[in-house]
Formats: sequence, structure tokens, C-alpha cells
Amino acid sequence: MPQVTLTVNGKTHTVEVEGRTLLVELLREKLGLTGTHVGCDTSQCGACTVMMNGTSVKSCTTLALQADGASVMTIEGLAAADGTLHPMQEAFREHHALQCGFCTPGMVMSAVDLVQSHPQGLSEADIRHGLEGNLCRCTGYHNIVKAVAAAWPVMHGKQPVAAE
Amino acid sequence: MYDFAYEKPAALAAAVSSLASDMEAKALAGGQTFIPVLKQRLNKPSKVVDLAALGLSGITVTADTVTIGAMTTHGDVALSADVQKAIPALAHLASMIGDWQVRHRGTIGGSLANNDPTACYPTAVLALGATIVTDRREIKADDYFQGMFTTALEQDELITKVIFPIPQRAAYQKFKNPASRYAMVGVFVAKFASGVRVAITGAAQGGVFRHAAFEAALSANFAPDAIAGIVTPADDLNSDIHASAEYRAHLIGVMTKRAVAAA
Ligand SMILES: Cc1cc2nc3c(=O)[nH]c(=O)nc-3n(C[C@H](O)[C@H](O)[C@H](O)COP(=O)(O)OP(=O)(O)OC[C@H]3O[C@@H](n4cnc5c(N)ncnc54)[C@H](O)[C@@H]3O)c2cc1C
Ligand code: FES
Ligand code: FES
Repeated sequence: MPQVTLTVNGKTHTVEVEGRTLLVELLREKLGLTGTHVGCDTSQCGACTVMMNGTSVKSCTTLALQADGASVMTIEGLAAADGTLHPMQEAFREHHALQCGFCTPGMVMSAVDLVQSHPQGLSEADIRHGLEGNLCRCTGYHNIVKAVAAAWPVMHGKQPVAAE
Repeated sequence: MYDFAYEKPAALAAAVSSLASDMEAKALAGGQTFIPVLKQRLNKPSKVVDLAALGLSGITVTADTVTIGAMTTHGDVALSADVQKAIPALAHLASMIGDWQVRHRGTIGGSLANNDPTACYPTAVLALGATIVTDRREIKADDYFQGMFTTALEQDELITKVIFPIPQRAAYQKFKNPASRYAMVGVFVAKFASGVRVAITGAAQGGVFRHAAFEAALSANFAPDAIAGIVTPADDLNSDIHASAEYRAHLIGVMTKRAVAAA
């Protein structure tokens, strides 16, 4: 069987996979990282979003073998070792940006990428367009957009997260 | 998904001979179309040949051309300052494909090889009169697209890059299908010293096509109103749950006017 070697949340793993094994299957079933969800399995909903080599990808639409040599970050890798939440997680909590929470891991990973890749600032329209690949059945998106806007200054070292 | 063997060759010649030695083998680029197809068991390759290690990504701009490597992602084209400057319409088109996750993986070569009848890139290639370079030849845009999901490519032929001539003015306007984000109708308009070319996606049963009547009118007068009286026949256009052929025919005019205004 083919092998894939990749770094997940800073730890290197070598895992046996099939050609058809998806990255999300490797993460959830081989590494037990079940924070990454599968919502649609048809590349639409973004629940499976992880960071691969620094950009957001749908792990249900990536073969495990395509991630050979890659550095992957999942929702489990965001918080600090002592449990302190990442500013995006904190902002989601503060701004009530989740209800059932199913979309949240993917939404947070996309949001982190969006904020990191926009050091010049993010308008509300940028946030809505930027999160187009993530569907939420509960929140109506409004509080998610608020949370991402609130996390931007914190992630860029400008001010702390504060609820309205 | 059926299982398959997986290869990641390090040289173009090796990738081509791997595909040539096995009619059931398929190339893999970003996987944003191919992996969903595999999941639906619509394709059963014996072997998947990953093009990621062939060094086929990158953007080069000269005084009159923009050349994009086949493995360059939509995201890289969208964010390229060089493309934004040389052919802003092309960067804009790339920025409107799917969503960020899709743009981070999906490639121009994969989009053109696939030739989905609702895909965006085929309009830019056809309207700009681009040249598709493969491992063995150069193919003119007008000869490349041969109907829905059909191109001039042979089974073992790989796109290596696409060369776009830089127009005087150009724009892409897409009326998105709100669920899939593919084009319900997408129009790319390009103005050169030699005349105007207009390519339409999303609308026709045969995939991307040039609109001769609009091209003639816009070559004479590059203004939205120049096409005002021209009726697009609905005969060969798609009708589905999203839009009737007549509605698509109407949208073609509307989106073309918007593209001319934006160019
Ligand atoms: C949610 C979603 C939304 C999308 N929205 C849009 C949209 O709005 N507009 C749009 O245009 N597209 C859209 N797409 C499709 C996307 O652009 C794909 O990236 C693209 O169609 C295929 O590119 P790929 O690199 O992923 O190719 P793959 O999926 O890897 O390959 C596609 C096909 O091309 C072949 N191939 C790949 N590279 C080459 C090459 N260099 N030479 C020869 N053959 C090759 C493969 O064998 C395969 O048959 C969307 C996709 C998704 C999942
Ligand atoms: S589970 Fe991957 S996009 Fe929905
Ligand atoms: S919080 Fe339930 S799907 Fe988003």
C-alpha cells in the first residue's frame, strides 16, 4: 500500500493509505482528528476545510496522497498548548457565531485563512465573499461575519476581542 | 470511489508515457472536478497521474502576452499583480471561480482540459484568442474547444501552459448559478486593434462559443448600445430547472452589455 508522510498540527506522521483515501479520511479515521467534519462530501459545504501549506482546502476534495510532504493544520491545532483559544475561536464564542456547531471547524479554518491573507483589512463584503465556500444551516451568517471582523484586529495585533 | 494506483512523476515526459502506456490512466491536477467525478463513480481510472511535481505552475508577462502554466491555481491568477496589471479581466475571472478553497487547488489546465459547458476560463481563452501549449504542439483557441466536455486533446496529451495575447480592453461578467457558482451565463469581451471577440459560457448545449453578430457590431462600435437590436436565437441554448433557453438568450445580451461597459 502507498504511504504518505505529512505534518499535522506540527507532528509528523507516516500512514498507509489507498490511492482513493481522502485527506479527510486520513485525518478523521487514521489520526483520530474528528474535529474536521464531513458535511456534504460533494465539495460544496466547506465543513471539511483545513489548512494545507498555509491555505484553506476542502479535505474531502483532496487525496491523502496529494498531501504527501505537506504541512496540514486542523481545528485541533489552533488553540495554544495550554488551551487558550485562538483569537478566531474566541471571537466565534464572544459573538455567538455558532449554533449547532457542525460547520464551525471549517468556518473557523476558512476565516483564519481569510484574515491572514488580508493584512490590509477586510470589509463586510470581503468577509461574505471570502466565506462563500462554507455553508451554515443555523446562524444566518450574520454573527459569523461579526466574529471574523472582530478577530481581524486581534490577529493583526491591533486590539483585543470585545463583544458588542 | 473505486480504488486506483497513484503516481507522481517528476518529469513531463514520464507523465506522458505513463498516460500513453495505459488507456485507463487519467491525469490529476487540482482535483476540484476530478475527485467529485471519482466519488460519483462516473470514471474508473486504473491509475491516476498527479501532475503536481512537473513544475508546471507560474506566470510570465511580456509586453504583449501573459503566459500561465497549466498547474497555476485560480487563486494565484486572481492575486497576481502582474496579471491584474496586464489583463485585469483575467484576474477578475479567476477571482470569481467557485470559492477560496476551490481557487487554492483548482488549476487553469484542469479547467481547460475538462471544458465544462458552464466553466469560466474557456471564455477567456476563446475571446482572447489564446494558444494552448501541450507536451507536443500548440493549439489555437478556435480549434481547441470541440463541444461539451470535449477538446482537441488526445488521451495522453498534457497542457503545459496557456499564452494569452494582451488586449486593449477586456472584461468578464458572470451571472452565477447561486447554488453551484458556475456560470448560468458568462461573457468575456476582448477588444484588440484587429477587432472585438466575444465568448459565451453556461448557455449553449455545445459549451463555449463565439457570438459573431455581437463581434461584428462591437468591432464597428465598442459601446453597450451597439448590440441593442441584436436577438440571440434560443434554439441551441440550454433549458433546465435554473433557466429556460429564452431566458439564457436574454441574459447573453444583458451580460455582454455589462462586460462592454466594464471593459
Ligand atoms: C464548489 C465548486 C465550485 C466551482 N465553481 C466553478 C466556477 O464558478 N467556474 C469554473 O470555471 N469552475 C468552477 N469549478 C471547477 C474548478 O474550476 C476546477 O478547479 C476545474 O474545473 C478543474 O481544475 P482542476 O485543476 O481541479 O482539475 P482536475 O479536477 O484535477 O482535472 C480535471 C480534468 O482535467 C484533466 N487535466 C487536468 N490537468 C490537465 C493538464 N494539464 N493537461 C491535460 N489534462 C488535464 C484531468 O485528467 C481531469 O480529467 C468549481 C468546482 C467546485 C468544486
Ligand atoms: S464535506 Fe467537504 S465540502 Fe462539504
Ligand atoms: S452552526 Fe449549525 S451549521 Fe453552522
